[in-house]
Amino acid sequence: MSERFDAIVVGAGPAGTAAAFTMARGGLKVLMIERGEFPGAKNVFGGVLYRHHLEELIPEWWTKAPLERPIVEQNYWLLDGDGAVKIGHRSRRYVDGKPNNFTALRAKFDRWFASQAEEAGALLICETTVTELLMEGDRVVGVRTDREEGDVYAQAVIIADGVNSLLGKQVGAHRELPPGEVSLVVKQTLSLPREKIEDRFGLEEGEGATIEILGAPSQGMVGLGFLYTNTDSLSLGLGIMVDDLVATGARPYELLENMKQHPALRKLLQGAEVKEYAAHLIPEGGLRAMPKLAGPGWMICGDAAGMVNALHREGTNLAIASGQLAGEAVLAMAKAGDFKPEGFQAYAQAVQASFIRQDLAKYQRLPSFLHDRKALLMGKLPDALNDSLFEWFNVDDRPKAEHQRQIVHNIKEMAGGTWGLLRLAHQGWRAINE
Amino acid sequence: MSVSVEDLLFTIRYRCDTESHLSIRDQAVCRDCRKPCLTFCPAEVYTFRDGEMHVAYENCIECGTCRVACSNQNIEWRYPKGGYGVAYKIG
Repeated sequence: MSERFDAIVVGAGPAGTAAAFTMARGGLKVLMIERGEFPGAKNVFGGVLYRHHLEELIPEWWTKAPLERPIVEQNYWLLDGDGAVKIGHRSRRYVDGKPNNFTALRAKFDRWFASQAEEAGALLICETTVTELLMEGDRVVGVRTDREEGDVYAQAVIIADGVNSLLGKQVGAHRELPPGEVSLVVKQTLSLPREKIEDRFGLEEGEGATIEILGAPSQGMVGLGFLYTNTDSLSLGLGIMVDDLVATGARPYELLENMKQHPALRKLLQGAEVKEYAAHLIPEGGLRAMPKLAGPGWMICGDAAGMVNALHREGTNLAIASGQLAGEAVLAMAKAGDFKPEGFQAYAQAVQASFIRQDLAKYQRLPSFLHDRKALLMGKLPDALNDSLFEWFNVDDRPKAEHQRQIVHNIKEMAGGTWGLLRLAHQGWRAINE
Repeated sequence: MSVSVEDLLFTIRYRCDTESHLSIRDQAVCRDCRKPCLTFCPAEVYTFRDGEMHVAYENCIECGTCRVACSNQNIEWRYPKGGYGVAYKIG
């Protein structure tokens, strides 16, 4: 493999593939290196894929890609020990015409997406781990792989090696991930016949629903659960911040098993067998943890660059958009015939100008807000809301005025009084507004 | 708990290498440590017996939690060789 390429992409996930696709379609000689048996073999997400950003690269991609169900209903459930406050929205607008989002499985989707980059002309090599970046001075000039005579050279290297990004560390793009900026998700894919899924979730044939789950299952730690409908399986998972797992000694897979026993979930999951267990890290640091995005000879994209919008469960679309921007920066340099450092910086500037930075900037205080107020947000708040709805609906010998006074009391008590409530509202607002 | 981690790991396809991609840098450090890895690892790769940390690398699902969270950075963590390790069918 002593060949030279215009560009090498490390990692055939959504970010790397989007970059490879963009460059190959633009006529460049592109090598995509994947350590898994096939693209997707190492990859895990919840997972919901959004249609919009990939349409730019592959119009009508969703009519060809292996997808599970277009999502017609999306929910947030706030659980206490036995109850659930349910907030959600169902509308034909999400699915009629061009659906907004879909459930998907990464072993299928990533493989398909990578095949599109191959069709566009990129060379894909699997079962190959990149062990280090090759440097000339401060410039990345290629990669060393674990194959015999495995050094490969290129004008540009795109680092899309995922959340652990050992290569990002080698170029000093980012420091080591602190346990407070990363969550561990454990997931079970549970098989269930499609008719049962549609009956249990109240769905038309082929359509899907999502539920994000906050509260009791994370046992006071900062975490979020999810339950998504696939074609003939359910994706059930729970993500917990790693610093909380270290502090509590909780076993992640036991937390997930406990969540399955919650009365609001138990019957939805009844009889569903575990098809596959999985675990993966999610970078949760947001904008403030985002690394340096480019340097001479290299750019970094997707999870490797911490591009995840946790509040909106968005990661793959940020990955795809960043990969496309990196690919376009390389195309511009190739066209100009000059791979100077400013050409790589153009990618960083493009990310700054894109929705990636805009959205992450809006929520840049959210990670610290969740961390600082976790006892309240992950425990007292879901509890108080469950207690309050119970007061609202429950009929007994007390007059309505008394029930409603109790509700006001519950909400104030949760936040530590009226001032505490105002402070919480203020902090919450600031956490989601730049 | 009705499920064991072994049952869960049994659902995952692996291609096992004969050498470990994980190693303990210094066993003495583990002896003095609170050993959070024994619980946070989602595949229970780490067990402590007879004063030694044992690493069942064959079960590793390559999430990286131990790389991030070992309080002493005492785990040498690499990716398995190309093609080896976890191979999700679903992901």
